[in-house]
Amino acid sequence: MTEAARKIEQRPLRGAIRIEDAVKIYGDPQSGVIAVDHCSLECPPGEITMVVGPSGCGKTTLLNAIAGFHSLTSGKIYLDGEMLCGPGRPKADPGPERIVVFQNGALFPWKTNLDNVTFGPMMQGTMSASEARDKARILMAEAGLSSIVHEYPGQVSSGMRRRVEIVRALMNDPKVLLLDEPYRALDALTKSVMHESLLQTCYRNRVTVFFITHDLEEAIFLGDQVAIMTSRPCRTKKILKIDLPHPRDHHTRTTKRFRELMDETMETVHEEAQKAFELGEREG
Amino acid sequence: MIASANMQLSARAGIRAVIAIAATVIFWEVTSRSGEWTGVAIPMMSVIPPPSRVLLAWYGLIGDFGYWQSWYLSFLRVLAGFGAAMLLGIPFGMFLALSRTFYQITFPPFEVLRPIPPLAWVPAAILFWPTQELSIAFITFLGAFYTIVINVVGGARSIDARYVQSAYAMGASRWTLFRRVIFPATLPSIIVGAAVGMGITWEVVVAAEMISGGGSSMGQGAGSGTGGGLGFFIWNSYTGGSYEQIVVGMISIGIAGYLSSSAIRVLGNLIAPWLKAR
Repeated sequence: MTEAARKIEQRPLRGAIRIEDAVKIYGDPQSGVIAVDHCSLECPPGEITMVVGPSGCGKTTLLNAIAGFHSLTSGKIYLDGEMLCGPGRPKADPGPERIVVFQNGALFPWKTNLDNVTFGPMMQGTMSASEARDKARILMAEAGLSSIVHEYPGQVSSGMRRRVEIVRALMNDPKVLLLDEPYRALDALTKSVMHESLLQTCYRNRVTVFFITHDLEEAIFLGDQVAIMTSRPCRTKKILKIDLPHPRDHHTRTTKRFRELMDETMETVHEEAQKAFELGEREG
Repeated sequence: MIASANMQLSARAGIRAVIAIAATVIFWEVTSRSGEWTGVAIPMMSVIPPPSRVLLAWYGLIGDFGYWQSWYLSFLRVLAGFGAAMLLGIPFGMFLALSRTFYQITFPPFEVLRPIPPLAWVPAAILFWPTQELSIAFITFLGAFYTIVINVVGGARSIDARYVQSAYAMGASRWTLFRRVIFPATLPSIIVGAAVGMGITWEVVVAAEMISGGGSSMGQGAGSGTGGGLGFFIWNSYTGGSYEQIVVGMISIGIAGYLSSSAIRVLGNLIAPWLKAR
């Protein structure tokens, strides 16, 4: 075990998120669109919380509130007991301890992959240029990205771009990774490889993950818990602990327990999807 | 395999280009000379000097100081006007895009002035600026300025919010956000604006030289075209009755414009290498 890995191992777990009664109304508080309605959710530190719900249900609103990109109408969000936003402070400040990996990626196309990855520590002044570059090379090598260090994001595959982006996030030594359907655009085979790679990353870095998806299989394979959200407005419908043992790999998908969990959740998720579908029908 | 296929493709494209140009030149030569060859002059085309005589006239000008002086002066004016337009247009466009107050104050007058063609400014510019040289440079400046500003504003406003959000989250200050994110994200639009603006600059400089007489200090070079810029060179050839030289001047402007756009392309690829990589 490397020294860095031992340091992470011995560090107390951090990055507990607690969402209490979050409400988000777009537009006028009386007549506006309610995106999130008294939603509460707890993400244990160092664990992967998968947030599943129909498209457009308000999951991303929740993620933006944690990241500090958008405000909440009411409710509170805590990180390790510290209030990020709440009464008198509707919007959290964005910070390097909460890094978002976006659906379509937000790597800077004008920087090489390496310069993208070193951007965070350079901006925060936590590392010198050469330290940042050394650390970036190590993390990129671990993620199988050594060959594309000096290329631009536009020159590599979308699967590689996602991995670069997760490495860029990890370089900030975040407490929480906020992932907004990062693998949505990938094909099934790439996706399954990406899942294993993400798990490896999480085992190594012990970071709390808040992962939005509407792929149930992805949710169960990756998650320590799966939060199933209601269709608009977003509320926590059911929280499911996933007791599949770690470390998981692609064999996990074929186990009996995996199937059972799929069956268990499918019913609930389908119900919400049906509701969202009908809602869409009526609005259309 | 792919490389050789590409080479075949580009070789074919090259052959087509040569054939097209050759066919045009032959058509031009035949139609303009048909009067003296067959006795049947083709209307309009027979007025135009044939390419062979144009080439001959051009050959005669290669050692001519006035001709190269024209190149030099036009280039100088284009560079001055274009450079000033870039220097002022980029920050102006950035301010318009980033500050709502500045936008609300300055955009309405900008939009009223923008539709005025640069050439409509010629008389006012001659009255306003103390020297003819300055008025020509001012008019070329106007030609590029509006295009560059509009492109910068459009580019800076359409930056993906995710870039800004993630840069903020990773600890970028306002200034580094501008320098490391907003400016590079706008660069592609700036390069497009520069390429379009450069084209307009050449259109405008030639017309301005024709109208204003091509600068005050130059006037010796006799019938072979004086040193008042390429636009004045054409106008002078016309008044002097040297029709071959008109065509020489026109083709020279074509070449000069092509060289300028190529320079912009090369520079663009240098400062924004990620665009080429895609």
